[in-house]
Amino acid sequence: MITATPRKDLLLMGIFTLAVLTMPIWLAPIGASYPDLLQRFAIFGIFAIGFNILFGLTGYLSFGHAAFLGVGSYTAVWSFKLLSMSVVPAVIFGVITSGLFAVVIGYISLRRSGIYFSILTLAFAQMSYNLAYSVLTPITNGETGLQLSLNDPRALDSLVGVTPTSGIPPTNFFGIEMSGYSGFYFCAILMIIGFYISMRIFRSPFGMMLRAVKSNSNRMSYTGLNMRPYTLTAFVISGMYAGLAGSLMAVTDPLAGAERMQWTASGEVVLMTILGGVGTLIGPVIGAGVIKYFENIFSAINENVLHGIFDFLPEILQDGAVAVLSLFVGEGWHLTLGMLFMLIVVFLPGGMVEGFTRIYSRIRNKNNKNNGEAGSVGSAEVQPGE
Amino acid sequence: MDAFVLQVLNGLDKGGSYALIALGLTLIFGTLGVVNFAHGALFMLGAFCAVTLKKILTISKQVKDESITFFDAFKEVPYLELWFGETGTAIIDYAVPLSILLAIPVMLLIGLAMERGLIRFFYKRTHAEQILVTFGLAIVLQEIVKAFFGANPVPMPPPELLTGSADIGAAIGLGDSVIYPWWRLTYLLFAGIIIAAVFSFLQFTTFGMVVRAGMQDRETVGLLGINIERRFTIVFGIAAVVSGLAGVMYTPIVPPDYHLGMDFLVLSFVVVVVGGMGSLGGAVTAGFLLGILQSFASMNEVKEILPGIDQIIIFLVAVVILLVRPRGLMGRKGVMES
Repeated sequence: MITATPRKDLLLMGIFTLAVLTMPIWLAPIGASYPDLLQRFAIFGIFAIGFNILFGLTGYLSFGHAAFLGVGSYTAVWSFKLLSMSVVPAVIFGVITSGLFAVVIGYISLRRSGIYFSILTLAFAQMSYNLAYSVLTPITNGETGLQLSLNDPRALDSLVGVTPTSGIPPTNFFGIEMSGYSGFYFCAILMIIGFYISMRIFRSPFGMMLRAVKSNSNRMSYTGLNMRPYTLTAFVISGMYAGLAGSLMAVTDPLAGAERMQWTASGEVVLMTILGGVGTLIGPVIGAGVIKYFENIFSAINENVLHGIFDFLPEILQDGAVAVLSLFVGEGWHLTLGMLFMLIVVFLPGGMVEGFTRIYSRIRNKNNKNNGEAGSVGSAEVQPGE
Repeated sequence: MDAFVLQVLNGLDKGGSYALIALGLTLIFGTLGVVNFAHGALFMLGAFCAVTLKKILTISKQVKDESITFFDAFKEVPYLELWFGETGTAIIDYAVPLSILLAIPVMLLIGLAMERGLIRFFYKRTHAEQILVTFGLAIVLQEIVKAFFGANPVPMPPPELLTGSADIGAAIGLGDSVIYPWWRLTYLLFAGIIIAAVFSFLQFTTFGMVVRAGMQDRETVGLLGINIERRFTIVFGIAAVVSGLAGVMYTPIVPPDYHLGMDFLVLSFVVVVVGGMGSLGGAVTAGFLLGILQSFASMNEVKEILPGIDQIIIFLVAVVILLVRPRGLMGRKGVMES
């Protein structure tokens, strides 16, 4: 186990910040450095970091986190419509509303644990999704999705005398337009802040308490501890992260639809966290990035591209290879995702971070053997990295 | 009164499908202790067994259309009709009920393969991991189906004999307004038969006895020299068949598409929870109850008072049950209560 020290944390934080801020540069060679995708990296990174605070620390598997994402989106769009095109109130209100939602849902759901908790959160998320489509249409605009329009009141904007000259004004952060790279940097900075907060939580006594709940909740209650305030706090924090992610989605593209609340969307964030590494700090961000990147690449490939790739093969083999592979790309990207997911759960429950740690310790072991001190450092038993 | 009977009837067929899926789900949970999120996908696979058989039966040949004389027109005529005439047409007409014969071996094989290939590695792992891996499997299965059958729903008409509606009202003396499609009535009957079959299988056969004993205390049964693992594998296969058959017969009611399973999965999990984890009787009862409840909630009179209640009633019930009586309606005390 790599022990965490304040110095290492500082180093990690520094590297993380640097890596995120320079993403447009070092992602350019693999064709991922355009703003739209970068924004998604950051937004889903936030979503996964938040989800990990709940699932990674307490072990409570929520299948309803997409509901908070949706609530955040709707709130942000309403804030654009009613108050101002500035992103500051939108983000603040988005986080607060989804936090309130999380208090209510969490208060009820956390009365149960294990699979019951999963089903309760799932039930709540499905309820919100169904309601958003049917009764709440005045608020959510149903299937069309909530959109901005030219004659929205925008009370704060008109108060300070900003009136749109032509068309719907863009979302802005004190005058900076939130599209393209400026949008990405806004999301990225929020993600860095979010990462820092999550790191502080991981290292705090509160985080330790949550981990104790995960490893043996019976024992915790025998010692006379009431776990619910702790788990509820974790739930609300992670709901607020989801709300932040949702409102950022609305910031970069001012539109909110109910499909964001569907339970498959909740499944996606679970997947990101698992893929990266549950309970690790950096894992969820990596998982979110990898999934969004490959989603982007794989969905773009179609049969023509495949024929191009396998051009060197004889005709029959080429057709065969294309026929098989085309199942996995383009429309069939979810198939790849599902398989990847199963493989990870079966063979690498600790996710990619565990994979890296294993490789790292194997290399170290080999070096040690060469130096004649075999097996003294780096045991085969690898704890999920910190 | 008429409206009341009608709603109960409407609820029963939906309830029948919930009950069947939930039955399979509970069977798996009760025996193997595995939370199977891929169970909805099994329902969907069953439905697509029917679609496949229909496709096979209607493999057609182009034949010159004699009725059009002034140019050469061709129409598609299924081989079955060419070979057997009227009988062939009848066979095609009964494609859905006939699919049962196809679905039983296919679903059994799929179930056994799933258990041996994947699920058995997850007995010892946490529920969360079981949920995750079966969730992944469900995505894979549904995407495979999507790749072969496309994303659009496939309409599957019931046999012509059963297309109309039964005038139930007249039969029980309630007036003419209570009419009910024959096929739904068939479905209800079918669900009843399957449920009865599963229960009597567990209750009256030696195999069933062993399985029930294994549900109570797996280790002791193992110590008595019975290969309980293999029995449980077969139980998994049976559960797959049950939900597959539910899917086959459901196709004329809702045209199947690839995410049919996911839609049913969430609901049937809720049904299992309401009925009580691991309780077969509870699953069936809760299935029918929730089906009926849902159809009452979608009455206009109710919707006027509580708008949107039809969308959330089932989940609402589940939330209340979980909070008030976590072991469900008929769950055993102490099973998964925390």
